[in-house]
Amino acid sequence: MKNVLGLLCLLVIVIALAIIPLFGLRALVQDLFMVLCLLVLALNWNMLAGFAGLVSVGQQLFVGVGAYVMFAAAILWGLDPLTGGLIGGLVAMVLAVPVAFFVFRLNGAYFAIGTWAVAEIARLSFSQWRALGGGTGTALPRGAARDMPGVQLIRDVLGVSPAAAVDMLTYWLALGLVVAMLVASWMFLRSRMGLGLQAVRDNPVAARSVGVDPVRLKALVFLLTAFATGICGALIFIQTGRISPDSAFSVIDWTAFVIFIVVIGGIGTLPGPIIGVLVFYGLQSLLSDYGTVYLIVLGVLGIVVMLFARRGLWGAFTQWTGFDLLPLEHTPPKSAETGDRGKT
Amino acid sequence: MSALLEISELTAHYGDFQALFGVDLVLGQGQTLAIIGANGAGKTTLMRAITGIAQVTAGTVTLDGKRIDPLTAPDILRAGISMVPEGRKLFPSLSVEENLMIGAHARKGSGFWNLARVCELFPVLAERRHQPSTSLSGGQQQMVSIGRALMSNPSVLLCDELSLGLAPVIIREIYAAFPTIRESGTAIIVVEQDIGQALQVADTVHCMMEGRITLSGRPGDLSREAIHDAYFGITHS
Amino acid sequence: MIWLDTLLQGLLLGGLYALFAAGLSLVFGIMRLVNLAHGDLIVLGAYVILGIGTAFGLNPFVAALIALPLMFLLGWVLQTVLLNRVLGDDILPPLLVTFGLSVVIQNALLEGFSADSRKLPVGPIEAESFSIGSVSIGVMPLVTFGSAILVILCLNWIFYRTALGRAFRATSDDAVTAQLMGIRPKRVFALATGIALVVATIAALYLGARANFDPSIGPARLLYAFEAVIIGGLGSLWGTLIGGLVIGVAQAFGAALNPEWQILAGHIAFVLILLVRPRGLFPRAYD
Repeated sequence: MKNVLGLLCLLVIVIALAIIPLFGLRALVQDLFMVLCLLVLALNWNMLAGFAGLVSVGQQLFVGVGAYVMFAAAILWGLDPLTGGLIGGLVAMVLAVPVAFFVFRLNGAYFAIGTWAVAEIARLSFSQWRALGGGTGTALPRGAARDMPGVQLIRDVLGVSPAAAVDMLTYWLALGLVVAMLVASWMFLRSRMGLGLQAVRDNPVAARSVGVDPVRLKALVFLLTAFATGICGALIFIQTGRISPDSAFSVIDWTAFVIFIVVIGGIGTLPGPIIGVLVFYGLQSLLSDYGTVYLIVLGVLGIVVMLFARRGLWGAFTQWTGFDLLPLEHTPPKSAETGDRGKT
Repeated sequence: MSALLEISELTAHYGDFQALFGVDLVLGQGQTLAIIGANGAGKTTLMRAITGIAQVTAGTVTLDGKRIDPLTAPDILRAGISMVPEGRKLFPSLSVEENLMIGAHARKGSGFWNLARVCELFPVLAERRHQPSTSLSGGQQQMVSIGRALMSNPSVLLCDELSLGLAPVIIREIYAAFPTIRESGTAIIVVEQDIGQALQVADTVHCMMEGRITLSGRPGDLSREAIHDAYFGITHS
Repeated sequence: MIWLDTLLQGLLLGGLYALFAAGLSLVFGIMRLVNLAHGDLIVLGAYVILGIGTAFGLNPFVAALIALPLMFLLGWVLQTVLLNRVLGDDILPPLLVTFGLSVVIQNALLEGFSADSRKLPVGPIEAESFSIGSVSIGVMPLVTFGSAILVILCLNWIFYRTALGRAFRATSDDAVTAQLMGIRPKRVFALATGIALVVATIAALYLGARANFDPSIGPARLLYAFEAVIIGGLGSLWGTLIGGLVIGVAQAFGAALNPEWQILAGHIAFVLILLVRPRGLFPRAYD
């Protein structure tokens, strides 16, 4: 019953978000687009760090690679950016294989530093790609975004300018990506593999003894999140229209913010990133007049959460109310022997 | 005989699991007390509770009339209780001498025990003092662990399972040091599964089972049968 | 003989990286704490030296002497009120807290000092150099290198020859048993972080004296420092020095091939070494 209520709630929110562009608030749509993209990244990082125990500080690698491949597809190979983005995601996933080969040899903190070093290598290497502007970067060719499939349709139906139509399309795609990520992570976490993953997180020795192979599971999560992160990266830079190595491989924008979002919202919970992104957006809008103050507040908030509420705002909320929007636990089957418990 | 260490109604938990149920114990000045019992009887928990490593949930521990149960482990050591932990627990990155020296980390002023006296007690350590502690045999490591605990000049020395994993001849060698330790004025509590050894050195013996003391008395007064029954939990009704 | 010159410049640069890394190595070795704010703390140290120097009209070397105890205190307080609370088996909380700290320090510096590049005015020594044969050596890089060796020697002396160092090693081995010896691990950790920040301040002096700095450069220094620590192996201070030298030399040779490849070459050297030796060059036998 609770489950149905929760899903209904989400459905209403998604529909509400979906119709926002129809009211023509372009600035809001652009803002929300970024929020949705950060949410996608946060959901991915939460899968990595919160469920698979892989604390990566290098997810900007996959954002950047997805974005750069999309640019290469659009500029060098003349493909449309959406197809380019899909290829970007695939390339990110393929690249994750050798990266995993390297970073999976490292434990804990070494893993974090290793992923970051690899992302730096990628940033510096892409700076050498002269055809895409080297260190200064480049812009999408005029019209490339406007020629994307769907843009013309939106223009015809809604009668808006090409730029507004591009914004709408990318917004809806981002929203779709969020929904897809939510559904996929929920299904994955409730599957045999997902339960195995959580078992590994909670007790690696016991999990291994019942036949869960932690490395394979973690590698799978690493590859899948690389794919989703790459696609999201491409989408972000379709909307932005400009790319440079520093912006595409920014550890602050694509990893630091994302980590704070997840930590503040509640690491290792599904709704956590959603709460976190709302807090992030709220802070950013509230403190937009005070320069980087919101970053300081964000950092302090992250520290406070880690000190006093390790499961973040959502974890604190569920603890207080006992209500969980997207429960991951399987309800244990009612057993006839329940009454005998405690006697043995 | 005045009470040096007095434990009353001591209760301790490991998470949700209650390991001690209201243990009472009195140790007199210069006395040696043995606690025997099977695996899981709560002996080690009792030692860890006294030294402040395990959380005390109820009851009191007083040393020289001062309550020590609210103190942290480092402060309990400073108050005068030192432990030879189960499994010896030497510091692998420290040499033999450094392991002994670290026992005196919190010591202020001088006392009977110092590096020279410990080396007199266990001469083999003097020869090996610059070796890594990991290179010693089990018995020698146990000697370092005892020496390390003595270096703080404790008024009470707790020895947790000294004989665990050691050959009988080595165990005798280690227990041969006890008279000297007692002469230095240190009161001792030994926790043992090896009943014979415990009965030889102790003035008083307590048997523990399932977190409670089930039998107490002088070694001479207790029959073998009574000890065995208490040890294995057989009750005659 | 151009490669000899490159090698030498690389080694001297590596001395600076070893200074970045030495404090990190100490803290990491003792309490397994990954301080992601270490780079920003070095940059903070540079601003503290700059501030003291400007306020009292002092040479940066003198200003650094005043900054040392201040930074020690900062480290002690930081560990006591913040980091001790998050140490434990789970590496995530300390990682995230220091990450938060990094962002806070960076942006607080940005608010306070703006994004402008600064430099510590050390005077004429900055440009001085001398030649051995065909190779020219800058005095400042040489002083930096010498300081790095001195710092490692000092840290090693503390670690292996003093009661404090004994307590460091014992706590690192087994914190619970260390408490039975009367050691208070949290105090030991606070001292260690204090010492680490003293070393960070020395690093800050040379960082600011040799090149421009601004509030944003911390994370990159942290990465070099961490690479040096990992290459050297957990808990080995001499290993950390070697790690710093490896990164420095790799960067120098990268730069010799193409100036844009300098940083890249350092990171690639790190990855290559870790591929061959995942625990670094000189890992401790037990941990």
